[in-house]
Amino acid sequence: MQQQNNQLPLWEVFIQSKSGIPHKHVGSIHASDKKMALQNARDIYTRRGEGRSIWVVLSENIVSSAPGEEAEFFDPTDDKVYRHPTFYRVPDGVKHM
Amino acid sequence: MDTKEALYNYCLRLGDNNLVLGQRLAEWCSNGPILEEDLAMTNLSLDHFGQAEFMYEYAAELEGKGRTCDDIAFKRNEREYFNALITEQPNGDFAFTMMKHLLFSAFAQHLYESLSLSNDKRLAELSVRALKEIKYHFRHSSEWIVRLGKGTQESAMRTQYALNELWMFTADLFEINKIDETLIGIIVDSNELFPAWKKTIETVLNTANIKIPEKVHMLKGGYNGKHTEHLGHLLCEMQYLQRAYPNAKW
Repeated sequence: MQQQNNQLPLWEVFIQSKSGIPHKHVGSIHASDKKMALQNARDIYTRRGEGRSIWVVLSENIVSSAPGEEAEFFDPTDDKVYRHPTFYRVPDGVKHM
Repeated sequence: MDTKEALYNYCLRLGDNNLVLGQRLAEWCSNGPILEEDLAMTNLSLDHFGQAEFMYEYAAELEGKGRTCDDIAFKRNEREYFNALITEQPNGDFAFTMMKHLLFSAFAQHLYESLSLSNDKRLAELSVRALKEIKYHFRHSSEWIVRLGKGTQESAMRTQYALNELWMFTADLFEINKIDETLIGIIVDSNELFPAWKKTIETVLNTANIKIPEKVHMLKGGYNGKHTEHLGHLLCEMQYLQRAYPNAKW
């Protein structure tokens, strides 16, 4: 299992498909440094013209909520329908809402 | 040799460089050191096949005998191939492949930059298109050479070995023959590209602590169809299907 230990650090990859819309998480890659991370992300996730811009971030730098805290984090919003802006009409020309 | 015939041969040369190097890179498919590099090298390979295709298309048009890119790729023998010797060399280890790619992509970058100003419009257009890809190839291989050169003792040793073995094929890239002489004015004399190429290569190698070997006997002949023993084997494998089943279509 020596190879397991030799794995390069893990990076998360975010791709923006067009300018103006948000970067979206697409997956992860292994790389030893920032330059390699960007190139690997480019080679693996934008081969079919998916992207205009790439972000990579070391996976260990991402702080995530714990699955065990799911209830206290998210349940309180279940009964607050008034927070959803469903009472407005969205003009036809508006995309990505 | 008239200009058209020379240009036809010149396009073959450009196409052959790409096809042969692309075939070598494709040999890494499923054998890469890590998944990411496996995909990267096959991507580079596909870039080269794409470039070969449009060079052959232009060559076929100039020739005017109704041949297709596939005819040109699969129905010529090694003496009818005009790729530079460095492109046909076996891959060796990963450092060896990256070194080969660095030396070639730096050359191709300077070549395409000069050809993008050619007064042959089609050649200029194709070069602009190829340049975008080759700039990435140079970036990819040069960063790996620096990483490997400055990596462990083992990786530095392998990188230096690669350059020692490959340096003898570099002069061949800048060889000129009758084709070049006929096309002066349309293409640049490749001797003029040498100083810029050398500078580019030295910048990368100095950063990587890799030394250019001295007093190396230079091997030449690729552009005249005189190859090392490796090209025949490569073509054997690549052309097998068309040789065994002539005109087979997928």
